[in-house]
Amino acid sequence: MKRFLPLLFAATVLTGAPVLAQDSVPAIALTATTPLQLPADIYLGEVAGVATNSKGEVFVHTRTGTATADMGGARAFAHGGTRLFKFNAAGKYVGEIGKGVYGFLVGQQVRIDPQDNIWVVDQYSNMIMKFDPQGQFLMQLGRKPESINVPEPAPAANNGAGQQTDLFQRPADVAWDSAGNIYVADGLINARVVKFDKNGVFIRSWGTRGTEPGQFAEVHSIQVDANRNVYVADRGNNRIQVFDSDGNVKAQLTGVGNPMAICITSGPHPYIYSSNSNRVNDIDNAGEIYKLELDGKVIGKFGRAGKLAGEFGTVNEIDCRNPSQLFVAEIGNFRVQKLTLR
Amino acid sequence: MKRYLTSALVVAVLAAAGPASTQTKATAQGVPEIVYTSTPSFLKAPPGENFGEAVGVATNSKGHVFVFMRRDRNRLWEFDATGKFVREIGKDYYGFLFAHSVRVDPQDNIWTVDEGTNLVSKFSPEGKLLMVLGHRPSAAAGLAATRTGANLPDGKYTFCRPTDVGWDLQGNIFVSDGYCNNRVVKYDKNGRYVTQVGSEKPGSGVGEFNLPHGLQVDRQGNVYVADRSNGRYDIFDNNLKPKGMFTNVGVGWTACISTQGDHQYFFASNSNPNGNQPGTWAITGEIYKMELDGRIIGKFGHPSKEHGGFQVVHMMDCRDPNKIVVGEIESWRVQQLNLGAQQPARAY
Repeated sequence: MKRFLPLLFAATVLTGAPVLAQDSVPAIALTATTPLQLPADIYLGEVAGVATNSKGEVFVHTRTGTATADMGGARAFAHGGTRLFKFNAAGKYVGEIGKGVYGFLVGQQVRIDPQDNIWVVDQYSNMIMKFDPQGQFLMQLGRKPESINVPEPAPAANNGAGQQTDLFQRPADVAWDSAGNIYVADGLINARVVKFDKNGVFIRSWGTRGTEPGQFAEVHSIQVDANRNVYVADRGNNRIQVFDSDGNVKAQLTGVGNPMAICITSGPHPYIYSSNSNRVNDIDNAGEIYKLELDGKVIGKFGRAGKLAGEFGTVNEIDCRNPSQLFVAEIGNFRVQKLTLR
Repeated sequence: MKRYLTSALVVAVLAAAGPASTQTKATAQGVPEIVYTSTPSFLKAPPGENFGEAVGVATNSKGHVFVFMRRDRNRLWEFDATGKFVREIGKDYYGFLFAHSVRVDPQDNIWTVDEGTNLVSKFSPEGKLLMVLGHRPSAAAGLAATRTGANLPDGKYTFCRPTDVGWDLQGNIFVSDGYCNNRVVKYDKNGRYVTQVGSEKPGSGVGEFNLPHGLQVDRQGNVYVADRSNGRYDIFDNNLKPKGMFTNVGVGWTACISTQGDHQYFFASNSNPNGNQPGTWAITGEIYKMELDGRIIGKFGHPSKEHGGFQVVHMMDCRDPNKIVVGEIESWRVQQLNLGAQQPARAY
């Protein structure tokens, strides 16, 4: 972990190109399978999210189905285009959660909290939706815009700080600390982290667009460790930033490419998995996933961009409930892979 | 076939062809007519269902027929060899928005090309998704107006309204791309970019395209591209180096190369245009049967809304060179044509 003692920070800047350290990173061997068995009439599209619960059930958040924009009297309305499927631990299809709900437009992430509640992030409805373990809707953060503009205007220039409310602009991820406080990565237009208490009461947000510590460029993924440190994948700045639970900068972790999806394991010795996901229009560069200590020391890496088993097509979420058996959600390959690391 | 040893001649032909037109009469003269019949109601839609614009047709090694059509949504239907409906593939699939082509590879995998999502998708013979090429623009970018003006260049792994797909015997993948690029891209069997010919810009020179609309690969790995708005077929070697072109068989709408038997034939459709302008039916609509070197064997068919005639043939399956399956944009139908039948029920 690079702490912000002046000398060490300067060293970080000097060695800032993330690829420099990679040659010496050990390769981690793995086997990859695609264990999910889909009914004949269900096809996964871009898989935005995958998460497991305490029973080993697998939840898959995918951009598929019929995305529709309907013309109203004076406005156009968007709905559909994303579905959330549940599979049992053996990979057998169980059913669909949230079928037809108002907030499903462009799926972005699914996370399961310690009580097995299912949290869904949608980057176009700008909503975080919480469902109970049976799939009953419990709580929302943010609100879907009533209508869409056609054509879509460019986002208004702003500093990324957003409004001091729970109105998001293309949120990307959600996490919780041990007290149940909720942290939202917001996001792909805003450039901030938003903190709520466990009941959804807005507490504060932090961050603006930029490259300084505490600033962001694409807040793509967020996780909280057992000590309530908040890890934010700051994809556009090639780093994972670490904050305390009040948003004070603690460290930045580099040398792992452009982190797009991060996952922190549980247990006595937690690790970070961080995906240097390839861009959707390029499978010749990046794509590997790193394993790190919480202080940023890189332990190893595996995979690369591609379409074969064990290769990745823009990993958008990693599930690491089992530290040596990951699930990865791929945008580019329309699939979920189960990775057994050795 | 015009080979590039005689480059002066090719230039002369191109110069004489004038502006690209979708209504140009084929210049081939004295072509024999091939007698054929069309089997009525060859495919049976499920009860209460109708076909849509049947832009894609293909058969597999068992004689099953796949129809990729534009309907309420894209539909990919599989029929058995007797025309009985078997199943739908890709229901509500993210890669289906505006159909353009379906092809079946030598291993009976089913490939779809969708020009609405810009995706090329590979399904197993059982209909399971195996591979995706391209990227569908995110809905989160918002609804955009139809793009006008000059084409923007695409990268190695994204398409702009792709049109067709083919493979050589090594499994390399070739994609014609398309309406708003003007190129053909080669990938290896694992989907990694190898090379391309053409660019985003339309052109009429050698190695340029103006709407590459269909694509086939022969057993030697040569690539044949229906270069629609240039009114020709462009032929390339396996590394997409230009080898020649066919310029005398009309518009160059779609191509098919037969695979049964030792001898491969080339079929070219001078499809009549959409719109039914006065007089165009008289000079368009026929399909040519050719040798791979461009020599014409014969032609058959003409535009008509009646059964047995064609209404904008968009794609042909010619696995068996004597049994051609055609998918038509207008008239929402698929016909099976039996060439050279001795006693045609209805000959044209």
